[in-house]
Amino acid sequence: MGFSAAARLWGPPGLLLTFVLHPALCLRPAQTSAPRHRDYCVLGAGPAGLQMAYFLQRAGRDYAVFERAPRPGSFFTRYPRHRKLISINKRHTGKANAEFNLRHDWNSLLSHDPRLLFRHYSRAYFPDAGDMVRYLDDFADRLGLHVLYNTTIAHVTLNKDRQAWNGHYFILTDGMGHAHRCSVLLVATGLSVPNQVDFPGSEYVEGYESVSVDPKDFEGQNVLILGRGNSAFETAENILGVTNFIHMLSRSRVRLSWATHYVGDLRAINNGLLDTYQLKSLDGLLESDLTDLAVVKDREGKFHVTLKFFLEEGNQSADAITLPQDDSDNFAMRVAYDRVIRCLGWNFDFSIFNKSLRLSSGGEFSKKYPLVKASYESKGSRGLFVLGTASHSVDYRKSAGGFIHGFRYTVRAVHRLLEHRHHSVAWPSTQHPISQLTSSIVRRVNEASGLYQMFGVLADVVLLKENATAFEYLEEFPMQMLAQLETITGRKARHGLFVINMEYGRNFSGPDKDVFFYDRSVGHTEDAWQSNFLHPVIYYYRHLPTEQEVRFRPADWALPRPTAIHHIVEDFLTDWTAPVGHILPLRRFLENCLDTDLRSFYAESCFLFTLTHQKLPPFCQQGYLRMQGLLGTESLWRHGVESGLLRDYTIVGRRREDQGQGPLSSSQAPGPPVQPLDSNKEEL
Amino acid sequence: MMSSSFNIFRVGISFVMMCIFYKSAVDSLSELSPQKYFSTLQPGKASLAYFCQADSPRTSVFLEELNEAVKPLQDYGISVAKVNCVKEETSRYCGKEKDLVKAYLFRGNILLREFPTDTLFDVNAIVAHVLFALLFNEVKYITTLEDLQNIENALKGKANIAFSYVRAIGTPEHRAVMEAAFVYGTTYQFVLTTETALLESIGTEDIKNAHLYFFHCKQVLDLTEQCRRTLMEPPLTTLNIHRFIKTMEAPLLTEVAEDPQQVSTVHLQLGLPLVFIVSQQATYEADRRTAEWVAWRLLGKAGVLLLLRDSLEVDIPQHANVVFRRAEEGVPVEFLVLHDVDLIISCVESNMHIEEIQEDEDDMESSDMDIQDDEVAETVYRDRKRRLPLELTVELTEETFNATVVASDSIVLFYAGWQAVSMAFLQSYIDLAIKLKGTSNMLLTRVNCADWSDLCTKQNVTEFPVVKMYKEGKSPVSYPGMLGTEDLLKFIQLNRISCPVNITSVQEAEEYLSGELYEDLISYSSVSVLGLFSPNMTTAKEDFTEAGNYLKGCVITGIYSEDDVLILSNKYAATLPALLLARHKEGKIESIPLANSPAQDIVQIITDALLETFPEITVENLPIYLRLQKPLLILFSDGSINPQYKKAILTLVNEKHLDSLTPCWLNLKNTPVGRGVLQAYFDALPPLPLLVVVNLHSGGHVFAFPSDQAITEQNLLLWLKKLEAGLESHITILPAQEWKPPLPAYDFLSMMDAAASQHPTRKDPECTKETDAQENDKKHEDKSAFRKEPIETLRIKHWNRSNLFKGEKSFKHDNKEL
Repeated sequence: MGFSAAARLWGPPGLLLTFVLHPALCLRPAQTSAPRHRDYCVLGAGPAGLQMAYFLQRAGRDYAVFERAPRPGSFFTRYPRHRKLISINKRHTGKANAEFNLRHDWNSLLSHDPRLLFRHYSRAYFPDAGDMVRYLDDFADRLGLHVLYNTTIAHVTLNKDRQAWNGHYFILTDGMGHAHRCSVLLVATGLSVPNQVDFPGSEYVEGYESVSVDPKDFEGQNVLILGRGNSAFETAENILGVTNFIHMLSRSRVRLSWATHYVGDLRAINNGLLDTYQLKSLDGLLESDLTDLAVVKDREGKFHVTLKFFLEEGNQSADAITLPQDDSDNFAMRVAYDRVIRCLGWNFDFSIFNKSLRLSSGGEFSKKYPLVKASYESKGSRGLFVLGTASHSVDYRKSAGGFIHGFRYTVRAVHRLLEHRHHSVAWPSTQHPISQLTSSIVRRVNEASGLYQMFGVLADVVLLKENATAFEYLEEFPMQMLAQLETITGRKARHGLFVINMEYGRNFSGPDKDVFFYDRSVGHTEDAWQSNFLHPVIYYYRHLPTEQEVRFRPADWALPRPTAIHHIVEDFLTDWTAPVGHILPLRRFLENCLDTDLRSFYAESCFLFTLTHQKLPPFCQQGYLRMQGLLGTESLWRHGVESGLLRDYTIVGRRREDQGQGPLSSSQAPGPPVQPLDSNKEEL
Repeated sequence: MMSSSFNIFRVGISFVMMCIFYKSAVDSLSELSPQKYFSTLQPGKASLAYFCQADSPRTSVFLEELNEAVKPLQDYGISVAKVNCVKEETSRYCGKEKDLVKAYLFRGNILLREFPTDTLFDVNAIVAHVLFALLFNEVKYITTLEDLQNIENALKGKANIAFSYVRAIGTPEHRAVMEAAFVYGTTYQFVLTTETALLESIGTEDIKNAHLYFFHCKQVLDLTEQCRRTLMEPPLTTLNIHRFIKTMEAPLLTEVAEDPQQVSTVHLQLGLPLVFIVSQQATYEADRRTAEWVAWRLLGKAGVLLLLRDSLEVDIPQHANVVFRRAEEGVPVEFLVLHDVDLIISCVESNMHIEEIQEDEDDMESSDMDIQDDEVAETVYRDRKRRLPLELTVELTEETFNATVVASDSIVLFYAGWQAVSMAFLQSYIDLAIKLKGTSNMLLTRVNCADWSDLCTKQNVTEFPVVKMYKEGKSPVSYPGMLGTEDLLKFIQLNRISCPVNITSVQEAEEYLSGELYEDLISYSSVSVLGLFSPNMTTAKEDFTEAGNYLKGCVITGIYSEDDVLILSNKYAATLPALLLARHKEGKIESIPLANSPAQDIVQIITDALLETFPEITVENLPIYLRLQKPLLILFSDGSINPQYKKAILTLVNEKHLDSLTPCWLNLKNTPVGRGVLQAYFDALPPLPLLVVVNLHSGGHVFAFPSDQAITEQNLLLWLKKLEAGLESHITILPAQEWKPPLPAYDFLSMMDAAASQHPTRKDPECTKETDAQENDKKHEDKSAFRKEPIETLRIKHWNRSNLFKGEKSFKHDNKEL
């Protein structure tokens, strides 16, 4: 659980409960005065809430953000406890491209205002959480976002109404008993309830949310930390030097983010304890299921770890309880601890949502998140969207959707979806002649930050026009919704499409993988499909895949089996502009998918083709014939002649006898028709 | 005694070996009577005789096989005969009964062996058995490991052993071993077994096939030491064994200090590659050890040489430590950098694989896939090191853009540093900056959208390159013309004046029409347009102004609507509202009435008027004339056009005979690519001038005016009439093919499928054709084995390869046209 992404914290559960217990009481005043209507209600003024507010504001929509605290980003006023954000604030990349630079700026929200970039708020690579609070404050302020501060939404319910956009309104009741009626509800409340595991003796355990952050309090102590996430390691890191030793206990093995390529796993900045463990400096890691454990307190106030079933044997006297070391005298945790600290992450707060909303938690693997579709809309009620950290069930342990640098893009995708659904504004796109296809893709894979951060989740889509003479380019579409693309975007995909995604190598990432093995990088274009590091992958479909195809796609595929696929070979500098290494193979792929010739030509070549062929390659047709031919210069022409790609016609007359070699005798055909790539597809 | 005589006889054998592989006329089987046969036997000479009853069938399967064995056995000096047992001359060799006939092997007249005919089941068996019998002493047949060890121990320090396993006596492999033993039997001890257990005990798992091991016992001095063994990998054939033994005889390691391309060893003659380990004085000892180790590993597969770099005269790349030379003649050596001796082995082995693959698939094609065939990308890439005087244009950034375009009238080129087309145009743009240096008040600027992506998006630039003109108080205008220096220059120059220009007096209007008013602009706009309106024609004036604005940068327009406009309209016989078109080149002024034409129509009228009646066609202006959608009548001329021809065609134009065509002419001096066009039309370039009609828009037929006729009005008219009537036949039809992908792409999907089917756990149910998948598998394995070399190795190899292709490339491209 990283803090870079966690959104704001809701009030202490106890306080909320009081309202939940008396819903009737709360509702009565609301019914007397007609509820204030808004098209869009955003819950929570954390990064995700503010990001959504920004897009709604820019689109001129009727919206309000409800925030319990007096200022935005209240989660960050307390968390992370040790104040260091682990999301990087890379101020220099050596490039001017603002979009590219967002690839390495994990804290900024998206806006048109260059002053609202996080690098203006902190010089630290791992910034202080206070700077984030200040940043969010400025963001809301400068952009004039409508945030209702000090407004605690205590209860959310559903009111059926045929007039409503979604067949129902969302009724929000605040702490003062006022009701707010919303057509669309955008929940950006983050994860706010500390995760607790119930076991005998859990009352002795201190929580991350309240444990002391002063190392002095741990001087000379034996410390046991439950959990193995970044908060656990962050806590350990803080006291590593003053304790006798720290033991760290959790169910699963440690997952290092540099091995899993998931930023929510343990980051190297926090992993000092791994070092001391492996160098046998008394600290250590242990694996065990916490639910089997019990903690008992002895007379001196020290804690012993034992097993739950020993307690169930009935003997309750503290000193008489069986300890594992009684049976096996080399039991690892036979030492007594001075403190036990719980750092087990957070859960989504479901308590304010009425049952009628049918907002339920995800499956076994994402209990802490509400269940949403790949479009971030709740499976239970239409018009309810979950944004930000709470929406991470979509890409948990896969991509960056739980973190600012990821959800700022998914929020934008949700906003685009809403714009089309309720305001008939089709998904933004640009339209180009087909001769621009290679360039359009090269441009995006080299600068797009949304593709780069939300790899495997958001993908660019190229929709081909009839006869593939032109195309539409759509950015950052939630790729798992591909089958519903037409209804979500309002664009037509009748003539085939390309999907541009970024991917790591299939078997490269994993907690137990050696990501430094020799030969880990691929340099050859023909081996591009074996690339391990993040690289662009382009899928070609002749028809839009169906929902069934998306759902039942092969296990390790990001998308259903395409008609053809292309990998742009991974690049050490993530600069995919090499003419032969990157662009040429991409062009060949596109050409073979479209069964056309996508080369560019100088005007002279187009002139020749015009007078010697009935048909022209797209570049000549879309450029030269429209009076936009590329004339070139003397020195380029000379290079062309040297390379054999251009011909010096001034000397043709003198050696015209060698007909066989003349380009034109063979220019009858623009090269032998090569079997198109997909023709042999069908046989496979 | 017998063996010594046999040795003498064997002297001629290596000669025989040379002949074995040639097929000479088959000596047929001689048929003799027993008496006659025995009289032909010579002392010391071996002979195989088949005794049969006279009344037995003249042909049988055995006889056919025996007949075939005559020639090979004769090559070994063994005669073969069929002996007919006639009644009067009975011999003890003649079987008593029909089915007891046998073959007998004699040396001189001594019987060596008798063979039941069923053991001699085919020609291989016959040769194998006969040689086996003759070489009884040379080839030791053993059955146990102990036998083998005894022989091995006995020969240590003395001779090497060729140990072979064959599945049975009389097999083709057995024959191959025996034939080899016939040649090398005195040099090496041949040992033969048919016991699989024996083979297993020396560590071979594959017992299905025949094997041959070479035991290097001669150099073993310590009797406790085992002899080194080399397994022969190719299948056991006479030729392979010969080749294998030859390489065993060759020195293990040779030191050379000459050009690797010139070195010749027995390996090359045997079709094996050479591996040179590059050594230096300083590391000589270590290199020699490495080389020896490699030599042992590659024994029988490649020749290994130690190349002494210090005393070498030719240049080899600095980092290369291994030189690889293929056996094929004329293939240049490859310089490799290999950091692991294992890599040398795998490199040689995988190279052998690659050769095999190349036979099935066309490897050339996949190499071509990596070769740039985009002329723009390639030329820009080749020019990348030339420094352009970029400082002649102002580079704008997100910060400076707005301030700059507001402060002065600017041309902005939006380009992307990685995009070839825009980089090619950037060069023209810089050329323009050089031309305009200090003369224009238009600021030439550029924005690299690879850096300032947001800025470009804000300026609505989403493709490259785009040129826009920013003028104070006006919305930016996109440049619509050709991406070249001259056309952009024209656009900039014509934009210096506002269009339409407001003309304020008749005198000024006359200056305008004569070209004096904008003398410096006349070269950019051959036509000046003047709109004449009465002061009260407001809508007409507005429409004209709009049209003039639209055509800004393309043609000069002016407007006159003073009270005395009638002076002009009367002079030029124009009814108001009207356009006056001044064609400066021809010095003509014509008028066109403008009756309530909306702006769009006015634009059309003016653009049509800009078209010449008989233009010189160029690369730049062809698209304009193509818009007319008419067949082209082109006069190809080497240099300026003959005025007579011009006159003839203009006459026809004036007489409206050419209305269905676009007449034009092409000057090959200005447009050399016209020669390319002519080559496409004619097999041999005909004498110029030349007239053709090209029907581009329907059918692609090309017609040529007969070159033996003079280009005169009458002839032309006649020809055109015939053409119209369909009486002329075309000289060629332009190809109508679509433009297909020039080369295939990597089929990653099937590569992924192949890899996936290697993991049985992840079987794709869609993969139904298992055989195909397996085949793919193999290819993939081979390739991946090859790819495991470190990148550095491959780079050098790649470099080498592309160099190799350079020579052929221009030729190839010529053929392919592009």
